[in-house]
Amino acid sequence: MQLAPEDITAIRLSLQIALTATLLSLPLGFAVAWLLSFKTFRGKILLEVFINLPLTLPPVVIGYFLLLMLGRNGWAGSLLNEAGIQLIFTWKAAVIASATVGFPLLVRSIRLGMDSINRQLIQAAESLGSSWFDTLLTVILPLSLKGILAGSSLMFARSLGEFGATIIVAGNIPGLTQTIPLAIYDYASSPSSASMALSLCLVSVAISVVVLFVHEYLAGTVEKRGGS
Amino acid sequence: MRLRIEAEKQLGNFHFNINADITDKRIGIFGESGSGKSTLVHMLSGHLHPDRGEIFLDNDCIFSSSRALNLQPRHRRVGLVFQKPSLFPHLSVSRNLFYGYRRCSKEHRKVTPDELIAVLKLDGLLERGVLNLSGGEKQRVALARAVLASPRLLLMDEPLSALDDGLRFQIIPYLKSVTEQFGIPCIFISHSVVEMQLMANRILTLQSGRLNEETTPDQLARKTMARSQRGYVNLLELDGATSEGGLFAYRWGDGRLLISDGNSRSSALFELSSRDIILFQKHPEAISARNLLECRVKETFSVDNRVGIVLSSGNSQLVAEIVHKAADELQITAGSTVFAAIKASSFRRLI
Repeated sequence: MQLAPEDITAIRLSLQIALTATLLSLPLGFAVAWLLSFKTFRGKILLEVFINLPLTLPPVVIGYFLLLMLGRNGWAGSLLNEAGIQLIFTWKAAVIASATVGFPLLVRSIRLGMDSINRQLIQAAESLGSSWFDTLLTVILPLSLKGILAGSSLMFARSLGEFGATIIVAGNIPGLTQTIPLAIYDYASSPSSASMALSLCLVSVAISVVVLFVHEYLAGTVEKRGGS
Repeated sequence: MRLRIEAEKQLGNFHFNINADITDKRIGIFGESGSGKSTLVHMLSGHLHPDRGEIFLDNDCIFSSSRALNLQPRHRRVGLVFQKPSLFPHLSVSRNLFYGYRRCSKEHRKVTPDELIAVLKLDGLLERGVLNLSGGEKQRVALARAVLASPRLLLMDEPLSALDDGLRFQIIPYLKSVTEQFGIPCIFISHSVVEMQLMANRILTLQSGRLNEETTPDQLARKTMARSQRGYVNLLELDGATSEGGLFAYRWGDGRLLISDGNSRSSALFELSSRDIILFQKHPEAISARNLLECRVKETFSVDNRVGIVLSSGNSQLVAEIVHKAADELQITAGSTVFAAIKASSFRRLI
């Protein structure tokens, strides 16, 4: 197995981007899942469609929309530019791309976990004097842990493999924004670098296997403790 | 405790409309499935809002549509015990028990945890996970959890219906002792007449989302006698058993009862169907039934094509059930004397 110094950077960057995207998305994903699972409101279907849209759109399309939004002339980009923040073609843009693409997977998994919570538990907690926030922290959160873990693992894995949206908003700059999939893409375009591409593929498989093992272990631990 | 409720709610095709004012420490809500029992429970707990109306617990208004008042469930101090125990699966027995206790202000706490744990015999379970408990243990923990929060009213929504008969009647003494010992008024919801007889003093019967009547357990048992599979169920709490020829002899009224399913414990609760009592006008010469009791007819009542005969002996009484023609032939009237034959095996021990 051969790995160039840029490959090591790509691996580190991939992990960094996937981890940051997952951690940043978690609070919002939990809040959106709670909203969809426990609340009835007008426009709920619209919100569901909007949240799930990235699942059905080609990632390149998402990347292009993000580029329009975050670019110098985009509505968010111009505001950020005035504040001296440049996102496009940085690893942060890759985080946003990964977060956007993986967000529906996170929300769906957490929501499934929340949907399986017996509503009488919530009623019991409230009748025992618990406020909604208290119930959220002491009943809903622990009982959604399995869904949170599943969603986080899926999102992390999806972020590791993110290509289309990332290449549009973050580019493919070795050492700066080049992630594992982008590096493999580079190697695959040149026949002489097949072994390098294969090495990165193996690393990718290894990371995925570790993620799945960690997920299974944590899910098992949560289940033993009675979390759903 | 006084409960005043005047509430209306439209739920799809189901229209709930109730107007009741009842005072008692142990109120029963009786009705078939779909009669609106759970709707009433949810309205009292605050998890369902009436479209219109008012709800008062004692003199405190907990809901009023005209005053736009709706006390949140956590402020109502109404304890809930569900059909299924609904324990927090991620918490130990101990942490389940103290969930409400810790959230109850010190001024409202009126139940001592150690005392309650002893009454409900939960000492050995405290550090266990709730997933490993039996059905009866789970229900006892759920009851203790609700009581430890010192509610001013305990709502028990068919808490026994998920348990088999053996467990069901094991739990009832706990339910009674907890509400009596700690002085917590309760509303007990069930579609079982026997449970109503055991748990309630006054009963509201619901039918199709409306209040049908306010009654007593005895009146309810009489009314449902003809259509119930076991007729009027006599509940007999007996003690002082002695062994006699393979049977257990208990004092009852001026005489005694021989029961095959007895035990030598200090007291036991038996049920006896009104249909298992055979009446004779005169003392029969020979009979296989082990119990032949000379009783006075206290009163008679008629339900559909049946006649209920209230028999008394000393301070005890039983209800027998016969058809009109038999009542006419035996010339049974209040004050007359009859002989009641009951097989020793007709008594079913509940506790």
